[in-house]
Amino acid sequence: MIESIKILRRQGKQTIPDVTNVTLPGVFRGIPIIQDKPCADGCSACIEQCPTDAILLDVNGRISIDMGKCVFCGECAEVCPSDKISFSKNHLNATTTRKNLVIAQGMPAEVKFDADAIRKEIQTVFHKSLKLRQVSAAGCNACELELNACGNANFDMGRFGIEFVASPRHADGIVITGPISTNMSAAMQICHEAVPHPKIIVLTGACAISGGIFEKSEVLQRQYVEEVGVDLYVPGCPPHPLTFINGILQLIRKRN
Amino acid sequence: MNTLVTKNGESFLVSEIPFVPYQEFTGTVLALLHDYNNHVVHYISLKSTSGILPIVICIANDATAEIHVVGFEYDTTTLRSIESITLHNAALHIFERDLWERHGIAYQNHPWLKPVRFPKNSSHGQTIDDYAFFRIEGGEIHEVGVGPIHAGVIEPGHFRFQCVGEEVVHLEIKLGYQHRGVEGEFVKARNDVQRSVIAESIAGDTSIGNAWAHAMCMEGLRGITPDHSTQADRTIALELERIAIHMGDLSALNTDVAYQLGSAVFGTLRTPLINYFQHWCGNRFGKGLIRPGYNRFELTTALQNRLSEMLDDINKQYTAMAEKMFNSPSVVNRFEGVGAVPENVARKIGVVGMPARTAGILRDVRISHPFGVYGKAPYPAILLHTGDVLARAKLRRLEIDASMDYMQGLLADPRSAYEARPTVKKMPPRSMVISMVEAWRGELAHIVLTDEVGEIEMVRVKDPSMHNWFALAQALRNTPISDFPINNKSFDLSYCGHDL
Repeated sequence: MIESIKILRRQGKQTIPDVTNVTLPGVFRGIPIIQDKPCADGCSACIEQCPTDAILLDVNGRISIDMGKCVFCGECAEVCPSDKISFSKNHLNATTTRKNLVIAQGMPAEVKFDADAIRKEIQTVFHKSLKLRQVSAAGCNACELELNACGNANFDMGRFGIEFVASPRHADGIVITGPISTNMSAAMQICHEAVPHPKIIVLTGACAISGGIFEKSEVLQRQYVEEVGVDLYVPGCPPHPLTFINGILQLIRKRN
Repeated sequence: MNTLVTKNGESFLVSEIPFVPYQEFTGTVLALLHDYNNHVVHYISLKSTSGILPIVICIANDATAEIHVVGFEYDTTTLRSIESITLHNAALHIFERDLWERHGIAYQNHPWLKPVRFPKNSSHGQTIDDYAFFRIEGGEIHEVGVGPIHAGVIEPGHFRFQCVGEEVVHLEIKLGYQHRGVEGEFVKARNDVQRSVIAESIAGDTSIGNAWAHAMCMEGLRGITPDHSTQADRTIALELERIAIHMGDLSALNTDVAYQLGSAVFGTLRTPLINYFQHWCGNRFGKGLIRPGYNRFELTTALQNRLSEMLDDINKQYTAMAEKMFNSPSVVNRFEGVGAVPENVARKIGVVGMPARTAGILRDVRISHPFGVYGKAPYPAILLHTGDVLARAKLRRLEIDASMDYMQGLLADPRSAYEARPTVKKMPPRSMVISMVEAWRGELAHIVLTDEVGEIEMVRVKDPSMHNWFALAQALRNTPISDFPINNKSFDLSYCGHDL
């Protein structure tokens, strides 16, 4: 008993008091910043280097980065001869609309969160309590580990009434990870259909949002997630637990 | 014995592999595996030309650090039936199933010729819903099906139990839900970065292990030897990955037996470990650190000091908690004697990694086929004998202790700065390389082959789970079904590493 108390005392308070206001340590790569200046003549080094084809070049020679595909490896910034690309430490990149994940040249390191795009019932029904069923559809276990971490003593998502539950019947929505393999697509769909209305769908990680590094694989079956309405996109490889928690809090927050 | 002899990470010409008649091949394989020092690393098909499929087996000798490679040719136009080797050595069962699934090789007398991962264009044409489970008939028997989606936030797989009352008579594990076509994606990839990101995504909990195994293959083919500091940093990263996952597993094992203090404390101790990766390379799983030929982020003096201090601090808290946990009767009683896979069974089915080392079999590539700096700075041998859940928990504890000491030793060594990144050299044509890395679960093996112009023709990956899923099925025999969660957690095998 005394030893247990000693261990607890040494542990101290582990919980992050305010999850909405945290600067992540180290060389964290958050929302990219693309400076508004021309590229070196004929240069496409970043596009060739990008492992997930997340960098797009438009007809005017301006580049943009699609965070729905980006694995935040930072290789593009490393090869750019004009130092045009850098990564901010802003981890708050979850949003409701797919196109908002595209960061264009000259844009600040922020993601637009369309409050208008959120269905009214989400904030009225879920703002105090949200139970989620997670479905890994060929996720590599990195996203799954981070979603588990959301509930640990450090991040403690449970204090906001947000929890992962075992049965889709007890859930208010599903959180999908992985590029959605053909072999898992039917089970995922059955699980989503088993969640009672109203319900939400959250896509977590580059794989779930776009197929990510496996986008060109012939053994994916993404039709269901392409067609069903998605409520929240949480980019990353994997997304940081604080990215997920803040994204969900933004989604269910009571607005006037 | 007619075999090609190679070493971990060394490249050789495919033409050097002896291809012998199947009967001779079987004889060689069984003779090699008769020696307890030998074990199967991989058993794969190469690229077929005009219907002739070359099939090679790689068998590692843990005493001599050698890998034997030998093959036979199979005519896929006639699909002549050949005698399965599994009947004589069960360790080959999963590899023969895989070869049958990919090419329709007609194995005679294979006891369990069933699909492995239901890929596209499989020889059997079955979908994942077609699977025929083994079934025991009888009035007292009942069947329990679990998955593919499980109660927790974990990967999918299906477990089918045949039970008498509470007791499991037989567990069958159906996998394949996670199949993403990893091996094919490697070949489609256009550059090193893309292949490295694929390697890091084979199993996110083994990003470092797989990224290193892949880099080692590419370095072997290109004839590059990374400098000592690069190798030392990779070694530190691999050990850090090991203790971070072990810490998380100890937490989860405590959760499963409702020991809240252990669950919470080990859980929070994992956080600084994976946060350290973020400090070092910007990703909590070490993704983006290792590339063929170099590491992208050097462990600077400041980072080294930080790591050393952090390990000291974690060590104090961890030791107190581990002492408490392993002296708590309520915990030990739930683990002891549960789900034992004894040495004879472990040898028979060819397990690697943790389930081998808890059953008295010293199978550890760090010791037997050293890579990185493990040759110069040996990692201690850790061996337990009871093969139960308690042993698998204890092994994690001992490995956390050993790895922390080991890392401190490497950090104390004088070191020089990284050399310049090597220029990418062309790879030799028609060559092959086998790399093995002892990641936290056990032995990873990557194989890369080049075509006639030195481009990548084939990449093959083996996660230790390929060997070890069957050990979980064995552990459940005559075990109460309610002990499935602690057994499953104590193995913590990879679904995506298996399904690829």
